[in-house]
Amino acid sequence: MKVKNIPYYGASRIVRDISCDIRESDYIPAFIQGNEACVEAAIMANLGFYGGYPITPSSEIAEMFSRRLPQDGKVFIQMEDEIASIASCIGASIGGLKSMTATSGPGFSLMQENIGYAVMAEIPVVIVDVQRLGPSTGAASSPAQGDVMQARWGTHGDHPILVLAPGSVKESFEMTILAFNFAERLRTPVIILSDEVIGHMREKILIPPQEYVLIENRKQPTERPASYKPYSNDTDVPPMSVIGQGYRHHITGLLHDENGFPTSNKQEINRWYDRIYKKFDDNIKDLFMYDEYMVDDAEYLFISFGISSRMAIKAVDNARKEGIKAGAVKLLTLWPLDEEYIASVVAGKKLVVVPEMNRGQLVYDIQRISEGKVPVKHVGRTDGVMIDPNAILEAIK
Amino acid sequence: MKERTTPFIIDNLRGNKQFPTVWCPGCGNGVVLSSIVRAINKLGIDKNYVTLVSGIGCSGRLPAYVDVNTVHTTHGRALAYATGIKLAKPEMEVIVVMGDGDSLAIGGNHFIHTARRNIELTAIIINNRIYGMTGGQYSPATPTGSISTTSSYGNIDQPFDISKMAEVAGAGFVARSTVYHVAEVEKFIEKGIEKKGFSVIEVLSNCHTYYGRMNKIKGPVDLLNYFKDNTALNTTNIQGNEDKIQRGIFVDRDVRGFIEEYENVIVKARRQKKYSRT
Repeated sequence: MKVKNIPYYGASRIVRDISCDIRESDYIPAFIQGNEACVEAAIMANLGFYGGYPITPSSEIAEMFSRRLPQDGKVFIQMEDEIASIASCIGASIGGLKSMTATSGPGFSLMQENIGYAVMAEIPVVIVDVQRLGPSTGAASSPAQGDVMQARWGTHGDHPILVLAPGSVKESFEMTILAFNFAERLRTPVIILSDEVIGHMREKILIPPQEYVLIENRKQPTERPASYKPYSNDTDVPPMSVIGQGYRHHITGLLHDENGFPTSNKQEINRWYDRIYKKFDDNIKDLFMYDEYMVDDAEYLFISFGISSRMAIKAVDNARKEGIKAGAVKLLTLWPLDEEYIASVVAGKKLVVVPEMNRGQLVYDIQRISEGKVPVKHVGRTDGVMIDPNAILEAIK
Repeated sequence: MKERTTPFIIDNLRGNKQFPTVWCPGCGNGVVLSSIVRAINKLGIDKNYVTLVSGIGCSGRLPAYVDVNTVHTTHGRALAYATGIKLAKPEMEVIVVMGDGDSLAIGGNHFIHTARRNIELTAIIINNRIYGMTGGQYSPATPTGSISTTSSYGNIDQPFDISKMAEVAGAGFVARSTVYHVAEVEKFIEKGIEKKGFSVIEVLSNCHTYYGRMNKIKGPVDLLNYFKDNTALNTTNIQGNEDKIQRGIFVDRDVRGFIEEYENVIVKARRQKKYSRT
């Protein structure tokens, strides 16, 4: 796999720019589940607070944190429901701790309103959604990729959101570290869209030593409290104070002015909206991560994410054996999409196929960006079984 | 009087916040606001170590006026946010202000579970027995038979007894007063803050704009008089007044709080072999 955009070495694409030689022997091999990789990474990212509610197939994350966090003097709490879980995480983040919750579809639905609060009040928080099949209770231990649009548009009102999609245990580790870094850097909620296969599958990964991993922390104000504006429009991401430091400002889910007080002034509302979109637009090249596989000479392109991207890569291999020039793009960032990149990578292709374990979600945005210049087809299934690489290959024949 | 009041306001309310408040003239929320400020002041707590958290509704707007750390959260979830804040900053005095609809309907589950955990928070419930901000609909605290904009024929639901519910759910401190009894409100809030564990102070308040108007107790003064005439302090004047609404401290018990217990969890966890791959 060719990797773009981010530094890459050995087991991790989040290796710090260090002067010493990175030795592979420094890495610790582990044979773990995707859910466990999230836990390992979050602890490495200096998670201070986990608030959650049990739900299949994400419960292992809560179980492991309940054992690990108290040993480090950190907080684990099992809340009364998913609404309280995300609310407690946002509260802890206001209190200065990196915080995280994990859930699956039904709980993710319950969290949506407060994810909107984290967007509005610009509070960093990480939410893992280990996707399962179907609306409502669905099939608790069957995989699906049906929450793509919920992750994008689940909370009400216009808002930007960052959604990362690991396709392996190794990527679960990497994406979790990155989720915390982006959340802190941009003061935003970040969603990790995992699924039942990745959550429960065991794979060997190499866990990097702490000093190889770049960990980012939120920027804190340096000015005097009197001149501090928690929602200043002078910069994309204003520094975030921690309560107790003397800044004593207001935090609200209402549209607010630069000081955090409610406003109905149209100019102030527009300036706020422009800024929260700008912090994503200005950083799109950093935020948007993807891997390409045999794309350069490809006539047929498979665009996929998560577990389905592995089927897409297998389909490319099968196609190449038959002499068909196929290639694959694995999206590691689902939202925001770098539309410029998608438009350039689909350009000139005979056919673009979007394999995803749903009835069609990501495919609509790929179609929109392709503007009808390239035919775009969907391959999916919603019966809890992974997509057969041959079904992807069939689609281009 | 002026000499004493003005510096007090300057010291404790936000200068950059526009007054008058968003509330209707004569609203009981002002009494609760001033009681909270006086209680904090009296206890001498550093303003940087006080966080006022609220949910949604008329009560939700209260923190914005006070010069402490303030967080105006989502409808019903104030206690869950406050739980996170308190666990992140245990040294912080976290006071949560909610209305009756906010804390008992949409936030009812969080209320009983916060009480069950007996986490070290102080909850002040301004009970005006109606949804004021949305225009006078009946709430879980609206008395049976009362008229509201969604119970034109009289409310058929039974109201919750907030204080009893807090007691059985496990709160360490439970008290009730009314906005007529200002000194009492202040005293109860002060005791609630001082008490470790979860403290609940229910303050019956007037919404003359909706509850009063629709139920023939028209002005703020009429409602204040209603509270004067229809409540009785449980310690001194309950005899012969058993049918009145009781005021007073109902629960004041020493039960270990969540944070105190969690410190034990940390001690126990550290005695175990460290779970670590690295």
